[in-house]
Amino acid sequence: MTDTALSPALGPTRSAQFRDRVLPFLAFAAVLVAIPAFGPSRTWLTLFNSMGINIVFALSYTMLLGRAGLLSFGHAVYFGLGGYLAMHLMAAIPEGVWGVAGVFALPVVGFAGGAVAGAVIGWPSCRRAGIPFAMISLGIAELVASAAFIFVSVFGGEEGISGDRMKWFDPIAIGGLEIDFTMGPLGDVYWFIAFWTFLATVLMYAFTRTPLGRMSEAVRDNPERAAFVGYNPQQVRYLVFIAAGGFAGVGGGMAAVNFEIFTPENLSLAPSGFVLLMAYIGGIRYFAGPILGAVVLTWMQSSFSAYTEAWLLYLGLLFIVIVMFAPDGLAGVVARLAKGVTAPGAAPRLGRWAGRTVAALVALTGVVVLVEVAVRWSGGYGETFEPFGLPLPADEPITWVLVGVPIALGLTLLRLAATGDEP
Amino acid sequence: MNSAMNSAVTPAIEIRGLTKNFGQAEIIRGVDLTIAPGERHAIIGPNGAGKSTLFNLVSGMFKPTAGEVRLHGERISGLPPYAVNRRGLSRSFQVSSVFTNMTVRENVRCGVLWSMGQKYAFWKSVRASRAVQERTAEILAMVGLTDKADLPAALLPYADQRTLEIAITIAGGPSVVMLDEPTAGMSHSETARAVALIRAATAAKTLLIVEHDMGVVFGLADRISVLCYGEIIATGTPEEIRGDPRVREAYLGDEAGLEAAQ
Ligand SMILES: Nc1ncnc2c1ncn2[C@@H]1O[C@H](COP(=O)(O)OP(=O)(O)O)[C@@H](O)[C@H]1O
Ligand SMILES: [Mg+2]
Repeated sequence: MTDTALSPALGPTRSAQFRDRVLPFLAFAAVLVAIPAFGPSRTWLTLFNSMGINIVFALSYTMLLGRAGLLSFGHAVYFGLGGYLAMHLMAAIPEGVWGVAGVFALPVVGFAGGAVAGAVIGWPSCRRAGIPFAMISLGIAELVASAAFIFVSVFGGEEGISGDRMKWFDPIAIGGLEIDFTMGPLGDVYWFIAFWTFLATVLMYAFTRTPLGRMSEAVRDNPERAAFVGYNPQQVRYLVFIAAGGFAGVGGGMAAVNFEIFTPENLSLAPSGFVLLMAYIGGIRYFAGPILGAVVLTWMQSSFSAYTEAWLLYLGLLFIVIVMFAPDGLAGVVARLAKGVTAPGAAPRLGRWAGRTVAALVALTGVVVLVEVAVRWSGGYGETFEPFGLPLPADEPITWVLVGVPIALGLTLLRLAATGDEP
Repeated sequence: MNSAMNSAVTPAIEIRGLTKNFGQAEIIRGVDLTIAPGERHAIIGPNGAGKSTLFNLVSGMFKPTAGEVRLHGERISGLPPYAVNRRGLSRSFQVSSVFTNMTVRENVRCGVLWSMGQKYAFWKSVRASRAVQERTAEILAMVGLTDKADLPAALLPYADQRTLEIAITIAGGPSVVMLDEPTAGMSHSETARAVALIRAATAAKTLLIVEHDMGVVFGLADRISVLCYGEIIATGTPEEIRGDPRVREAYLGDEAGLEAAQ
């Protein structure tokens, strides 16, 4: 083998690497930096800050589920313990100009808390993969959440513990420069969130490219084979578990600063389930999947919950649809779309997809009417669902026409589309 | 390579009184086998004789019920597979066992990483080590998969998957290579290519191979052991095995196989 024969075979070219690995991050950074330029309202800033936290949380979860193939029902434990540690440290940081830097660095503390918790809890739970791992994670989540309610001095009981991120109140003078950054206003917190979201995302991506990161995927695919190339699958899982706990803790630290409150609710089963949904709906096979999932679900959480009590029902529906029809998640859908547009024969294919989308939307209309009418009827306050000013009481035939016809029509169209594909 | 009987050389593999029961079933029943460094040793025997089980015992996948295995004089029975592998013994599987979601190159690289000291590193890129990259490319070139290096392993044709299986097995530069029916299911020409590859890839290594194709066995092996119902009924050079009446009787039955090998 001469060197010239070797070099082209060593792997993707520099330009391909730049396109696939550097460019997306530059674009991500550009988006993060550009957002404040549009002068977002407080509502939007609050939403963006939550999105950043959830992006980090969902990406850390994907280190387990997507990469290492470990299904955890208790990932909020590490988010929560990291967050609590950050809360306690935030309280300990004295007021003063250095306090700003201290508060800014709290996600590091969150990382430490999450990683230590992962190292302790992962020791017994990473011995087995598959169902035992999932069950153990569920048990531990219950255990930690109930312990959190019991140890009031540490976790603050039901009210949790709250803190104050503002340690300094004036512009900071560095040399001749005056910097107005106190971590108090939402706009400052945005930069804090953007910074850590970006850094954590880059680090978690880099992790997938390391020997440990690659071997975690090898262990997911074929633990037996991984053992016969010298790797201890349990050790690989354990180390990934610690890292995933650490990054969940970063999210916890970010949340501590952003919300200035942590309650035992934050490490309970509910957020553990939510992070699973974000990651899975976004798409665990794609690095960007959980980012997409976190953005969409955080948006849904904040906007849907304002419109309808039934938003969790819609979330469940979305989850079921994804599991059944798009197991690669939203990112998978996007990837297929992109492929569908560029591959030959695009026009008829896109036409078919558009037809199906319309049919699905028609059926969805009926489902939404059904859900909204039912929710109000069972609420028992005599409220009526009034979309676009049209009242739809539960006892009017028109209501049930608007439920039945779209569902029947939509399903029939979908059916026709499916049989049309098969000849 | 008949130095197996020479006690001055530490055997590459030494199996003593190896026994494995699954519940009531005695699958391996007191196997003794000594393989010298550099020897190419074939294990033949009818289906269900326990050949794959023997491989699983030697490579650490199963714990023996009794007996022991030594690798270069060091006891390895009871060690987990990764510990056995790190001591220089690598094996392939009868049913291809690759990392299906990875590319061919990544598969081979997974085989290279530990042996190149990368361990569980999480602070550097897999691509940071030029030695790893070059070793990976070298293995790919040796097995002839360079052109397909960036394909997902799952998309490889069957024969190429078997080749990849061998590539992963030898990637870490083991001193002892165990191949379980590497040519099973291959066409004539594919088998010939696989044998040439096995020869090249295991030069100066100790080879333990399970194989059904008698042409391959008699052409490749320095010595052959015949396993029947969990016992080794004969061990010897290809000539000795060919002439052994017990072998003809117990295993080969029809003489066609042996004739074909001559
Ligand atoms: N894990 C196991 N549990 C129970 N029986 C097994 C197991 N593995 C193999 N066997 C049995 O051991 C016997 C030998 O199998 P194997 O070693 O695969 O044979 P060979 O590779 O020689 O064809 C078979 O009868 C098989 O059913
Ligand atoms: Mg077998």
